Amino acid sequence: MKPPPLRIHRPTTLEDTLDLLSEHSAAGKVLAGGQSLVPVLNMRLAAPSDLIDITAVSGLDELLVTGDDGQTEIIVGARATHRRVERSAEIAAANPLLGEALRFVAHPAVRNRGTTVGSIAHADPNGEMPMILALTGGRVDVRSTRGERSLEADELNVGPLETCLEADELITRAVFPGLPAGARAGFDELARRSGDYGLAGVGMIVDVDDDTVTGLRCGFISVTDVPEILNLDALVSGTGLNDAPEAADAVVDAVRNFIDPGGDIHASADYRRHLTGVLASRLFRRLCRGENPRKRAGGTRRPATDTKRGRA
Amino acid sequence: MTESLDTEPTSTIRLTVNGTLHVLEVPDRKLLSDVLRQDLELTGTHVGCEHGVCGACTVQLDGEPVRSCLMFAGSAQGHEVTTVEGIGDDPEHPADVQQAFIDCHGLQCGFCTPGFITTIDAYIDENPHPSEEEAREAVSGNLCRCTGYQNIVSAVQRAAELRAEGASQ
Repeated sequence: MKPPPLRIHRPTTLEDTLDLLSEHSAAGKVLAGGQSLVPVLNMRLAAPSDLIDITAVSGLDELLVTGDDGQTEIIVGARATHRRVERSAEIAAANPLLGEALRFVAHPAVRNRGTTVGSIAHADPNGEMPMILALTGGRVDVRSTRGERSLEADELNVGPLETCLEADELITRAVFPGLPAGARAGFDELARRSGDYGLAGVGMIVDVDDDTVTGLRCGFISVTDVPEILNLDALVSGTGLNDAPEAADAVVDAVRNFIDPGGDIHASADYRRHLTGVLASRLFRRLCRGENPRKRAGGTRRPATDTKRGRA
Repeated sequence: MTESLDTEPTSTIRLTVNGTLHVLEVPDRKLLSDVLRQDLELTGTHVGCEHGVCGACTVQLDGEPVRSCLMFAGSAQGHEVTTVEGIGDDPEHPADVQQAFIDCHGLQCGFCTPGFITTIDAYIDENPHPSEEEAREAVSGNLCRCTGYQNIVSAVQRAAELRAEGASQ
């Protein structure tokens, strides 16, 4: 339960970081918050010879919302912790999906160190943030000594715990589009214990024009291998908000047909399929009613004196 | 795994723990939890599962709870580490959270307690008036095999009361 011998490099500039990644390539590994990597090392499931710790690299700690109303982008640098993202009122106003999902990421003590970009690079199908990136239509910006490129979520994720990144590449930031005007978004999941990986989880973006649903996209955790997005625009388009309970049954059927859960000691595949449908139905009806999520109390709360939520 | 311990990479690190700066030569792979316990003899920080699930090793990094078993010691450089000893180290004068655990009988064997103390100490600053549900959620990242949690949940609320009293004095 201790990591194997290894060397840790602590560069302070992006240039040095990329040189180190290029030098050590497949034998090296990027260390940010380490909340997924260090358990893997402790259990000796991986044994990289060199870790490149990016937590002192300048320029990677950006966290901001850019653009005008309706066309905003949330930029999350590679060093930004889940907690910083979760606590940002500006990000919550631009797209509440991030904060809603982050409240389900482990516990506050883990979110205090873990980074959102690190979760995305880890590409765990049980992880919330790779799916949220895909559902929002986001991208990552990637650098190496060979150049830079941007990758959409569906290009990045090629399999469970597998991305298309080369060994010398670093995700410098993730970019999540803000929620378009009129759209409603939410996330829900069920885990056996608070903070565990979810047995199943669902994220949704519902487009609404006046009192009518005009579109629906769904993403899932723990029940698909990669964060594939199910587009149900055609199925729900034209549904009145008040008719959501009836339309929800069709959504549930479509969701259960789309996902591909596996079974394990915690839950059978059938149970996960059933559960995903229940979560999808509840979430769809909640979003059509325009209600805020059930409060997940506790360490995620901001101090009462420090709450400046600009949204209803 | 062929590398012998003699050639294992080490680094000189500067670690500030409970307000004191330590300069140490440690293997790069050494976890913060092990450096606290073995090199600094701060054995109040307990090591349970060593993969971030049990919460026994929780310390504060710049006032925020973190798992010391999921951090390399070198990663704590440039931050202030606070262990349970830094919160209260005098049986005659326990800190407010420690007193709350005494008042509510919030421990039995005590193995998990330091992780609870460091977690709750930070939490009640963030939420000074936790409801029972909030208190339960606040300690949901820490496992206890003895108490059944009821008394720990009570201790969270009692700690908040004591802190509010302390602040008003």
